[in-house]
Amino acid sequence: MNSFNWPVVLPEIFLLAMACFIAIADLFLTHPARRVTFWLTQGTLAGVALLHFDAFNAGQSAYGMQGMVVSDPLGHLLALFAALAVMVTLAYAQPYVGSRDMQKGELYTLSLFSLLGVCVMVSANNFLVVYLGLELMSLSLYALTALRRDHGQSTEAAMKYFVLGAMASGFLLYGLSMMYGATGSLDIQRVFEVLGKGQANQSVLVFGLVFIVAGLGFKFGAAPFHMWVPDVYHGAPTAVTLLIAGAPKLAAFGMAMRLLVEGMLGLATDWQQMLVVMALASLCVGNLGAIAQTNLKRLLAYSAIAQIGFVMLALASGVVSGNTLSAGNAYSSALFYIITYVLTTLGSFGVIMLLSRQGFESEEINDLAGLNQRSPWMAAVMAMFMFSLAGLPPLVGFYAKLSVLQALVTTNLTGYLWLAVIAVLLSLIGAFYYLRVIKVMYFDEPAADARRIYGENGVQALLAVNGAAVLVLGLLPGGLMAMCSTAIVRALAT
Amino acid sequence: MGLLSVAIWLPILLGGVLLALGRDEHAGAVRWLALIGAMVAFLVTLPLISGFDVTSAAMQFQEKQAWIERFKANYHLGVDGISVWFVPLTAFITVIVVIAAWQVITERVNQYMGAFLILSGLMVGVFSALDGLLFYVFFEATLIPMYIIIGIWGGPQRVYAAFKFFLYTLLGSLLMLIALLYLYFKSGGSFAILDWHKLPLPLSAQSLLFFAFFAAFSVKVPMWPVHTWLPDAHVEAPTGGSVVLAAIMLKLGAYGFLRFSLPIAPDASREWAWLMIALSLIAVIYIGLVALVQQDMKKLVAYSSIAHMGFVTLGFFLFSELGVSGGIVQMISHGFISGAMFLCIGVLYDRVHSREIAAYGGVANTMPRFAAFAVFFAMANSGLPGTSGFVGEWMVILGTVKVNFWLAALAATALIFGAAYNLWMVKRVYFGEVANAQVKALTDIDSREFLMLAVLAVAVLWMGLYPKPFTDVMHVSVTQLLQHVAQSKLN
Repeated sequence: MNSFNWPVVLPEIFLLAMACFIAIADLFLTHPARRVTFWLTQGTLAGVALLHFDAFNAGQSAYGMQGMVVSDPLGHLLALFAALAVMVTLAYAQPYVGSRDMQKGELYTLSLFSLLGVCVMVSANNFLVVYLGLELMSLSLYALTALRRDHGQSTEAAMKYFVLGAMASGFLLYGLSMMYGATGSLDIQRVFEVLGKGQANQSVLVFGLVFIVAGLGFKFGAAPFHMWVPDVYHGAPTAVTLLIAGAPKLAAFGMAMRLLVEGMLGLATDWQQMLVVMALASLCVGNLGAIAQTNLKRLLAYSAIAQIGFVMLALASGVVSGNTLSAGNAYSSALFYIITYVLTTLGSFGVIMLLSRQGFESEEINDLAGLNQRSPWMAAVMAMFMFSLAGLPPLVGFYAKLSVLQALVTTNLTGYLWLAVIAVLLSLIGAFYYLRVIKVMYFDEPAADARRIYGENGVQALLAVNGAAVLVLGLLPGGLMAMCSTAIVRALAT
Repeated sequence: MGLLSVAIWLPILLGGVLLALGRDEHAGAVRWLALIGAMVAFLVTLPLISGFDVTSAAMQFQEKQAWIERFKANYHLGVDGISVWFVPLTAFITVIVVIAAWQVITERVNQYMGAFLILSGLMVGVFSALDGLLFYVFFEATLIPMYIIIGIWGGPQRVYAAFKFFLYTLLGSLLMLIALLYLYFKSGGSFAILDWHKLPLPLSAQSLLFFAFFAAFSVKVPMWPVHTWLPDAHVEAPTGGSVVLAAIMLKLGAYGFLRFSLPIAPDASREWAWLMIALSLIAVIYIGLVALVQQDMKKLVAYSSIAHMGFVTLGFFLFSELGVSGGIVQMISHGFISGAMFLCIGVLYDRVHSREIAAYGGVANTMPRFAAFAVFFAMANSGLPGTSGFVGEWMVILGTVKVNFWLAALAATALIFGAAYNLWMVKRVYFGEVANAQVKALTDIDSREFLMLAVLAVAVLWMGLYPKPFTDVMHVSVTQLLQHVAQSKLN
């Protein structure tokens, strides 16, 4: 516990070194040669993903940096998918940023730093390290949102994101300090032990917990802390929106696992209630709010809120009347949900970016009109993402919803059974707006001035792979599910 | 790979290939490929009938493979006497649909054909799935191609109809999903439908399950009062869509009652049989009367479908062999007849572009060959002895008489209403003076249309004159189902 154990943080060290190297190397590159930065970044990300994949497969749990960070399958799995998400995002963004004068070194360096933040968060074993990772990720993303500094909407979004995000961080920090006061430790396991003994002051604990959950809710973008989500998704350049919508969701999940489950499982009855309320609010706000949207990015923002509601439901069903038997099942379904959600989100924003390439933002739903006639192939891929988000078989989103619902039903509590019923009824409302996107693509005629779609072959191929993943995982979800349960079971065991 | 897998995946894969590679520039090749694929998919289902052991109530042609380990769900297929006929029926109707679209669909032919082929495979999957999760996946996946079919190739109100169809049926199936998960939990982590059949459950749980299944299947059948999506969907869908909807998709719901509601919740089924019988009778009588006043031919046939499906559910909840077998026979027969009725309307619509009864009159004068078919199918639809329409209704009414004479009398009025709306439509559309110039200019059916109508006519006559092959196959399975339902599962 008290050694540095450097190999544990090898992926992070590699990522940090490469991020610094790319930041410096980029100074010597000008426009046409800037592709080198892109490829260097992609190489770094691939390396990070590979290192995490290896570590995940090794399946060891080890502590490093004097017990500050932990290396376990959960952290590696989340970091692996976060790295992949950033990689795919940057690949999709390539033509988009190229045509908008955003092809700058900052994009790549900041993306790498935000990923570093994610990696630190998901493998933290100490409250302060969680916070450190969170701030590293968030600050990079605030700056990225404002990347087009001459663009009014982007700057506005960045301000909103920053102010609300900073407030959320404040909440979280305040809550963590209360926790420290009550338990006398910042170490996650130590806190767990102290809570287990039941000697800490309950009112201080619960008081702190409220702030921690509120902070988490902000970072997840769950209602009632969702205000920033539509504005930031809408205002940020689409490439950055995707950076915000992808890896940070995985990070928020990792943070919830580390703080709530590994640290404060003893307070589960308290935080589960809060999560249930947030989940219901998110499902309502997300699904009802999305109906009124005409902007595709805002629609996906509300959809994100609704989807997070499902994740929260799963997180809230782990401990049943003090019994943690079904915890592995519940948390692994949440993990599966968030990973598949990120996979689907990547694709849907990828389509938006591909469509809005030539100096034209294609972000209204009506810009998709008649897509089936303009590019049947892309319409099919987008339709798959939409059906998957709506939770229709045989796409992966169905199994995500299925496993969450199964976790709810398995609790065998009438209240949770009703939660499941409410959740499916609200997702029926959700199906409506996803169907509307498909309707616009398939049933409407293209606008007279609709431009032809020139996709870069590489990006198109990547989109096809992304769509195929959603379909293939929909036919055979077993492998990814098994990975998720391994990660969760190992995390709970330590 | 077994026969059932081939019957499911062959059309789906071919549909995928057509979607991916087909272009309107070579629409001809797409059509031929679709036709050949549909024919092959139909031919591979024939050994299911010829090789079926009619003396056994067990599942036959079984295939089982581990699918999703976390849920212990299996890729488990198999058919018994109840489901076996629906597999070739589905494939057969798909062949007809492909032929019917030959000249009519000229835009995005590959997507049209692909959607129908995929739909066909999925529906075969529903009929042959023995794993609850697999069943649900197939059941729900059918919504996607149908939504696209109605929305792209449908009539003026197609978007409204497509949404209504989709959301209505999704609502029902989502509640069923909760029921499936509840059964999964109660059975200690098994999705096997046959395990669920044996699972003892208290009456309250059975009732909840029964109504969850009712939500899914009654919408699909559709039963009164959740039938309102059907007239919209039928009227707006292209001819092929209406044919598949009426001939097969409605049967998914009725089949669900036999595979899930009755055997899993037998006590609740008996408890609530009065409700089901009442709803079925309302469908038979009230919807029959509604059909009488329709101005639109497709709407008329849509309402008549609801009335005929009322007979099916009525038969099921009599819990007698005559009733259940009659219901199944009625399902198969309605598959042929309603499909043929929609094809007839399609033939007229392709020429005149109107479905209003008032736009026609005296069609028999200009299209004698077609009128012969149309009148024949209308007769079959009203239950003329000698056609398949008679057999099922007769069996169900006979079964009802044994339960209660007055119920049977009520059900039998449907034959009168059925004859009334069918014959009245025939009179106004086909007989009398030539009504207008458009009717005067009509050309009779060509050999393609003749072929598809003739094949269906043969099927209707065959089943009407010699229904034994159908009833023989289902006899043992139905008896066993009824024995199972008669035993209480309360613990």
